[in-house]
Amino acid sequence: MRPVYAISGGVSKFAKARPDKTFQAIVKEAYDYAIQDIGLDFPTFTRLVDGSVASYFSDHFTRQLMAGIMVQDYLGLCPKPSHRVEGGGATGGLCFQEAWKSVASGHMDICVAYGFETMSHVETWKGNEFIALASDISVDYPVGGFYSGYYAMMVTRHMKEFGTTVEQMAHVSVKNHLNAYHNPYAQKPNRYTIQDVRNAPMVAWPLTRLDICVMSDGAAASILVSEDGLRKLEASGAVIPRPLVRVTGIGCGTDAMRMADRPHFDYDYFMENYATTVEKNSDDTRTYYKELWEHGTRYPGVHSFRAGRAAGNMAYKHAGIQDPLEELDFIELHDAYTSSEIQTYEDMGLCRYGEGGEFAESGKAFMPGIDYGLKLKNQPTLPVNPSGGLIACGHPVGATGLMQAVFATWQLQNTIKKHFGDDTLQVKNAKRGAIHSHAGTGTYVSISVLEHEGQEK
Amino acid sequence: MAKLPERREENLGGYIVHGVPFPINTDEESLAFLKKMAPIQIEQPYQITYLHSYGQDSPWFAGLANKKLLASQDGGSGYTYANPRGHDMFSGQETNWIDITDRPAKVHAFTVCHFGSEEFLPDTPFVLALVEIEGVNTLMLTRLMGLDPLAATLDWIGMNVRPHFLRNSKFKPTDVYFSPSES
Repeated sequence: MRPVYAISGGVSKFAKARPDKTFQAIVKEAYDYAIQDIGLDFPTFTRLVDGSVASYFSDHFTRQLMAGIMVQDYLGLCPKPSHRVEGGGATGGLCFQEAWKSVASGHMDICVAYGFETMSHVETWKGNEFIALASDISVDYPVGGFYSGYYAMMVTRHMKEFGTTVEQMAHVSVKNHLNAYHNPYAQKPNRYTIQDVRNAPMVAWPLTRLDICVMSDGAAASILVSEDGLRKLEASGAVIPRPLVRVTGIGCGTDAMRMADRPHFDYDYFMENYATTVEKNSDDTRTYYKELWEHGTRYPGVHSFRAGRAAGNMAYKHAGIQDPLEELDFIELHDAYTSSEIQTYEDMGLCRYGEGGEFAESGKAFMPGIDYGLKLKNQPTLPVNPSGGLIACGHPVGATGLMQAVFATWQLQNTIKKHFGDDTLQVKNAKRGAIHSHAGTGTYVSISVLEHEGQEK
Repeated sequence: MAKLPERREENLGGYIVHGVPFPINTDEESLAFLKKMAPIQIEQPYQITYLHSYGQDSPWFAGLANKKLLASQDGGSGYTYANPRGHDMFSGQETNWIDITDRPAKVHAFTVCHFGSEEFLPDTPFVLALVEIEGVNTLMLTRLMGLDPLAATLDWIGMNVRPHFLRNSKFKPTDVYFSPSES
């Protein structure tokens, strides 16, 4: 496979509703930004780009089939190759990886991944119904299809099994909403307290409205290139920042749509097939897990996302990462729920299974230099969702994973101040980051690693 | 008396309008002004009735209609799914039906939905649960009845429950639901 570089990106302002433009025009906002950021004009980039991958989740929201080709047309990219990727909430992350494959395989030198969702076309409760159709419509949806309910069930099990608390979850909400205060693209920045989160209207016990991301209209675009693509763009006048940002690892995992069907593996099977390198090499961790299993823990059950663990293990192996907590500088992860951010800390190997709640309140995932109004035990180690994540940026499904890719690219280019007009969210000396995209209850999870080319952390 | 909410509820619907402001003359200045126009938004109703087949899972629904809870079992390993599943995920072999109606069950995880998808809003608050059934390797999604939704507690996890069946089957998974039981 050839080296692949993420050289530029753009994000539309995420908003509750964008009736001022059609979905094609909203994508063009992000696309134009990505082109202009490397100093090219529209016709020049159109001449050079080899093709695209389109990302959007639901045909229901637009009531429009083949919306991808309508965007392709609007962007002036016909008759270049393109296809749509769909994988629920992970659609954007999967799209990014499809574009990576197009370039890494040699099929394209310059590929643009674009994505969008316009969820405001229906009322919130109908939107929840559309999303719930991403559960088995024979045996799951009719029982009370509601994704917040599904995730709430998963976290009650996590709480019962591991002692995770609602206050620990609220730490995630406080962190992400306040991070977003410095992100002009975010839909819902705010300063909250733990009590604010708990006092918000209850949606699905124990998740309140402030534990849950909102529906959004928005778009994002990311440009990926090979070394040949880089040369072509620069020969045409493109100005591409150095050091280059290279995509060094991709991973993807899956799990059963019906979460009731997920297996409950024993200790030996877990250690052999799912434990991280760090976990396998630690006597202490093996003992810790042995004790968990003796008390009844089985893997993954419904408390953990094995798709996330599988994706992480694959991406880390690809990128040569042994210990993600030590070797990553930031993560943009799919926090559709505060609970799922905590579960994802564990899946991604930032802490052991069962310790995600403690990790959330420790301060390790917070940004340095921001006063969250919380007493945190530890200094920030690995900022998670410095952008504000889905909870505060919004979640226009097909755009979300690409938004993460764009923010990660900007972090690694050290250009957050340029794009946000504020460098509060710039992770200092960021050399390597990960993006994590997740579909309903962990059915598809993609993780991609981006880093400075040729720089060891 | 409870205080009125701060804001009125928002919904679609309204008057039918047969005209919209537009320049009388389409001169250059007027046409340029159109770029400042607010978007026109219209309602597009969409309704369809699907003829959905339960296919190979049909006996499971027929079982519910006859007050029997069936499970799918791999003949070789005995691995058992509470949900209907035509083929085992490990062996790839066709599964067999077994009757698990009278087996002990308990709550594995739950939530109380205070909001929901449009179709289920009239049911709120309702309790969704995943239940464990003795000798069954996977869980089952169901509604829990007989509990106070405003008194949710993690202590509900592990509680013994038993199935009930609707007298008048709707041929849906909600033909069965669970409630607390003594044992």
